[in-house]
Amino acid sequence: MSGEPSVTDKFETTPDWQIVAVVMGIIYLAYIVSGFLIGFPLRGQINAIGNLTFYVAVFAMLSLALNLHWGYTGLFNIGVVAFMAIGVYTMAVLVKQPLSQDPTAQIGGLGLPIPVGMAAGVVVATVFGLIVSLPALRLRADYLAIVTIAFSEIMRFTFLETSIKTFTLFGTETGLGGGSGLVFNVPAPIDWLTSALYVRGPYLDFVGWFGTTLGIGNPKAVVDNLVYSIILVLVVVAFYWLLQRIGRSPFGRVLKAIREDEDVARALGKDTDWFKMQSFMVGCGLMGLVGVLWMYDQGAINPNNFRPRLTFYAWIALIIGGAGSNTGSVLGGAIFAALLFQGPVYAKNLVTTAVGSGSAPQTFAGAVAPLGNLDPGPFAYYVLGNINQLQIVFMGVVLIWLMHNRPEGLLGHRSEEAAAVDLTDRPVVSDGGEVDE
Amino acid sequence: MSETAESDAAGDAESPSVAGLGGGSPDMAEYPLQVEDLRKQFGGITAVDGVSFEIEAGTMTGLIGPNGAGKSTTFNCITGMYDPDGGTVTFNGEDVTGMDPHDIAQRGLVRTFQIARELSDMTVLENMMLAPKGQRGERLWQSVLPGTRDRVIEQETELVEQVWDALEFFDIDHLASERAGNLSGGQRKLLELARAMLTDPDMLLLDEPFAGVNPTLEARLLEHVHELRKQGYTFLIVEHDMDLIMNNCERVIVMHQGKLLTDGTPEEVRSDEEVIEAYLGGQA
Repeated sequence: MSGEPSVTDKFETTPDWQIVAVVMGIIYLAYIVSGFLIGFPLRGQINAIGNLTFYVAVFAMLSLALNLHWGYTGLFNIGVVAFMAIGVYTMAVLVKQPLSQDPTAQIGGLGLPIPVGMAAGVVVATVFGLIVSLPALRLRADYLAIVTIAFSEIMRFTFLETSIKTFTLFGTETGLGGGSGLVFNVPAPIDWLTSALYVRGPYLDFVGWFGTTLGIGNPKAVVDNLVYSIILVLVVVAFYWLLQRIGRSPFGRVLKAIREDEDVARALGKDTDWFKMQSFMVGCGLMGLVGVLWMYDQGAINPNNFRPRLTFYAWIALIIGGAGSNTGSVLGGAIFAALLFQGPVYAKNLVTTAVGSGSAPQTFAGAVAPLGNLDPGPFAYYVLGNINQLQIVFMGVVLIWLMHNRPEGLLGHRSEEAAAVDLTDRPVVSDGGEVDE
Repeated sequence: MSETAESDAAGDAESPSVAGLGGGSPDMAEYPLQVEDLRKQFGGITAVDGVSFEIEAGTMTGLIGPNGAGKSTTFNCITGMYDPDGGTVTFNGEDVTGMDPHDIAQRGLVRTFQIARELSDMTVLENMMLAPKGQRGERLWQSVLPGTRDRVIEQETELVEQVWDALEFFDIDHLASERAGNLSGGQRKLLELARAMLTDPDMLLLDEPFAGVNPTLEARLLEHVHELRKQGYTFLIVEHDMDLIMNNCERVIVMHQGKLLTDGTPEEVRSDEEVIEAYLGGQA
């Protein structure tokens, strides 16, 4: 309501897809322009765009999955990261080469095909979703929150546990790797995918052509990065499709009713426990898939990749975009990734390019003391040097601002009708009217 | 009343049945609801203390009593919201004591709430579409998979039509696209009743359906209830307003301090000394 009404009105009446398109355009433009300002070579520029796209995609996916839990069903899941970890750990154990094949590896695996590992990751995350939901969903919402965050830390400490660093599964020596984690030691995603699709040759030719045309040395790494990010964008589209379909159905309608008032849904004959369990399991499976797609690309996993922080990143993305709206979730994921996740580091690079990187003081006292002499330099350098810590502060500020000014998020106010058909499209002509009291 | 003590289960499980708002009385036993020695305690307080009654099919019965008499607790025990500590609830010949609320609702015993519980962030249409039983698309896979999705859409199209008819019947069709949260108190009560009707119930338990409703809407609500009763639906109504119950119900059950005080026609109840004392605040 505050601010210039014209801008607000315009925002309210613009179709969602246009908002998403404009925001994406601004984000990419800003990154390209700041890339030039920082003085990235073309290779760096492409790499930066690839990275940006990667994070936009994974946070959009996480936000979409979480939207099914929170936005649709009102399930307060703050253990998102546990399901990501379960997904990718399952995959790692299944697809790593057995020790007999790969004696240099510290921990062996079962050596199963990669798609089997990916699918199993999703399935096992779903099953854990079921296990967590069994006791938790019968309790009130806040207890689910406690159970899920406790579960996520329990899983992290389980992965850290030295006694299951190695164990024997189906007669094969394998394990979870403890604190040093697991190294995939299998072909990187693009290498595997191009071989699996029998397009390895043409792909490498394309990479070579791409490198020589644009004058980039060793182009494979950047092209792989970009191509993988684009594949992830396609997965986002698939997530979106699936969740829209779930949302716009009688099933989604019951979920929405549970969010609004579970007692009413029960009084109307809906077995709400079962609906909540299904919603929870599907969301957890999707989170498992995000874990697989994200961490497989990193080549190695470690329990400390899965700190609760990541869960809250997903939440911030969802809150920015607007819980309840799938389009909003994608938008929130993009804005979070571009502005809050990658943005500060970019801003730091921009500033250091502009004013040079001075010598930052080592301590906070050393940064603040010169302020007394009206010398802001050391303080500014200190702030820049600690940008990673400040990132969390920025996120907090954004959250507080949103809570005060737009608690429903950017697109959360747009109700997406929960039905498979257009309800207002009345078969028989009726005389409409205004709302009367 | 209805002689069909044994209803023929000719229901087509696949297609949802929506209340035959134009007629067609529900099939049910002569006494669809039988409550026997119902008990419920909260800590040391006995909220419901051995309550027994039967409700005759096609009638409208009022359940009255002063605050804290245990009316709402009785309702909650009947509809499965609470687990009773003792006694039995029988609906259409089946023991439904301690069943989950959704199981009881599925069997045709549907309630509304004291404070209208519309699903405020959903539109009136969405609220109504939620209610019908046997919706194919409530199975996740049917809503998602391409082949089955078409059948879900087919069914939704049928339901939309029935929902619009019901909205028209209850004179709230002009509010169809409104967020339910924007409705006035009386309109919410109408919406709740309309929504409950769409579940195709045999019997409705209305918890203070007229509280906070302006006189015009109250008259309209009453008119709808009477019309539905004529079609054969059975009503049990909890209400504070004595006059309203006395003038509209064939039978009145009076509760006081968790116990059944009187059970009879309005005339009988009106002249009952104990009832007068209970309402005037005398300690029984």
